[in-house]
Amino acid sequence: MAITGSSKFKMESSPGQSPEELVLSVSGRLDRDGLEPALAQMRQAFGQSKPRKLVIELGHLESLDSAGALALTLMQQEAQALGASTELINLASSAADLKSLLDPAELAKEPLIPEARKQGFVSEVGRAFLDMMGDFKQMIAFLGDFFLASVRAARTPRLVRWKDVALYMERVGVDGLPIVGLISFLLGLIIAFMSSLQLASFGANIFVASLVAVAMVRELGPIMTAVLIAGRSGSSFAAEIGTMKVNEEVDALVVMGYDPAAFLALPKVLASLIVIPLLTLYADLLAIVGGLLVGVLGLDLTVYAYVQQTAKSLSVFDVTSGLVKSLCFAAIIAGVGCQRGFTVRGGAQAVGAATTSAVVTAMFFIIVTDSIFAIVLHYMDW
Amino acid sequence: MDAERRTEHDDKGRWIDPAGGISGGEFAWSQGPPAAEAAIRVENLTAAYGDNVILRDVSFEVTRGEVVVIAGGSGCGKSTLLKHMIGLHPLAGGRVEINGVDIAAAGDRELSLTRQGFGVLFQSGALFGSLTLLENITLPLNDFTSLSPRAANLVARAKLAMVGLAGYENHLPSELSGGMQKRAGLARAMALDPAILFFDEPSAGLDPITAAELDRLIIRINQAMGTTMVIVTHELASIYNIAHRVVMLDKSVLGIIAQGPPKELRDTSSDPRVADFFHRRPSQKQA
Ligand SMILES: Nc1ncnc2c1ncn2[C@@H]1O[C@H](COP(=O)(O)OP(=O)(O)OP(=O)(O)O)[C@@H](O)[C@H]1O
Ligand SMILES: [Mg+2]
Repeated sequence: MAITGSSKFKMESSPGQSPEELVLSVSGRLDRDGLEPALAQMRQAFGQSKPRKLVIELGHLESLDSAGALALTLMQQEAQALGASTELINLASSAADLKSLLDPAELAKEPLIPEARKQGFVSEVGRAFLDMMGDFKQMIAFLGDFFLASVRAARTPRLVRWKDVALYMERVGVDGLPIVGLISFLLGLIIAFMSSLQLASFGANIFVASLVAVAMVRELGPIMTAVLIAGRSGSSFAAEIGTMKVNEEVDALVVMGYDPAAFLALPKVLASLIVIPLLTLYADLLAIVGGLLVGVLGLDLTVYAYVQQTAKSLSVFDVTSGLVKSLCFAAIIAGVGCQRGFTVRGGAQAVGAATTSAVVTAMFFIIVTDSIFAIVLHYMDW
Repeated sequence: MDAERRTEHDDKGRWIDPAGGISGGEFAWSQGPPAAEAAIRVENLTAAYGDNVILRDVSFEVTRGEVVVIAGGSGCGKSTLLKHMIGLHPLAGGRVEINGVDIAAAGDRELSLTRQGFGVLFQSGALFGSLTLLENITLPLNDFTSLSPRAANLVARAKLAMVGLAGYENHLPSELSGGMQKRAGLARAMALDPAILFFDEPSAGLDPITAAELDRLIIRINQAMGTTMVIVTHELASIYNIAHRVVMLDKSVLGIIAQGPPKELRDTSSDPRVADFFHRRPSQKQA
């Protein structure tokens, strides 16, 4: 009986010398594409005659590649699993070499860890909770490390890497000017325009100036700047430290006697604390300019009147509370960014996850902090 | 022309060879031993980073089934030569032919097919960190061959078993030691049974036993599959074990100072730089 395989190889089965023996003659080219057909044909022939011994005859095999050798090995393994002994005959010596690369015992090994790493819903929830707690613990630990590093730095300021502080001031501050400026300017423009549609019907055009100033200086300036910088710089802090972690550069720092928190995190946090409030002031200013443009061009206000009204509606407390807020935001952005970087374990993917998490976590804490400020300021009667 | 191109793109837009890819690592013993033709031909290769010329007018050939070691002192341009040979950097001059294809002049399709015909083991293994070992190896099998996912799994497991990593199918690369990562990298490089394998410092950072085992694996693969191999290394022990021929580079000439079988170079070369290398002597200049 002949079973014709794919175009390249051919498998013929015939009874052997004893009734319980099956001979499979394989000829032609047995390669990658023949792997599955060869196994299927062997199973079929085996199922029909249920032999006690399988002889694979290879005298007419023209070529064999590693997948073909694998097919032969797997055929033997399957036959043995079904309780038959096996024998290969007339195998060319170079093909035998190739086949000897595959150790049947190695092939039979089971995976050391099961493929499905997914668990049931309950254990997934439990794991997620544990992960969250672990996360929280790491954050507290980092806060402690960072606090100690700051104390040491305050006592001996020359230990701080001021060069790095300057570098990050440039990265976070100067390089952030265009995007922060553009967004704030447009924001001022939009607030002024939208509010003017309502206020104009009351003849209260001049209050557009107050609205833009108060909204920006108290709330939107600090928040918008923080969100933009979290996306721009918080993420890059996490990616930078995370990559250093992956490359064992952080370990190298530790064994050289440095404190990674002081070496890597402190300059970034200091730089952020200095430039983010400045960026916030700059954002406030550009938003007011945007509002002014709408007021002067669209609402027939004079520049003088607009500026006067702006100054009148802002108190020193508004400005300082905005700045204090932005200081807190700066600490959150830089701190969370660095902390997420330090938690990276593994490879490129972990760096990506840390970057995302740095931005999301920072935004979460920014909103929470802002809410706390809103409540506290409310009860302080401002 | 469009209809013709479409048949050669698969559904994901990758180049595939309608004839089933360039298959090496296969023995057709009825046709006798392979003819001594060049698998790789490097002609007047000049390599530079910007204005900094690292190699000038380097020429050599690698015949089919040969194991060639590129050796030389640190910083002489071994990795640079390898990267230029596999087409990762544009040549500053000269040409490189792999399996008869000029890789600088080849179009996207031809280049992609040529690359499927060779495997590269990078110095660090370069496994994809987000994929398990098995997935690292089935990736090219699923994308560049017509194997069913089940068969691809079988083949990938066989490759892992070949490098002694059976059982580690579902591990992530970060869960392995450096030597294991390197062996897994070799398994991935061999996924498509390439006719040519390139290695960048395969035994660097391995203990002597693991290094010797890797050497033995390289020899067995070369003998059993007839795979052509180009290996960058400066492990003398490895060189004596595996190299059919050594190509020695040196910084002073920005190119090759000697080539030949390792023992012959050691015993007969009159060039002091070659002798220093093979006898592990500090360079005469510095002494
Ligand atoms: N990406 C690059 N950009 C610029 N110069 C490079 C780059 N890579 C290497 N070089 C320079 O090319 C020269 C050769 O480097 P290469 O990495 O090829 O050396 P090598 O022979 O592999 O050394 P080793 O044995 O230490 O790995 C060195 O002088 C190095 O400074
Ligand atoms: Mg190198």
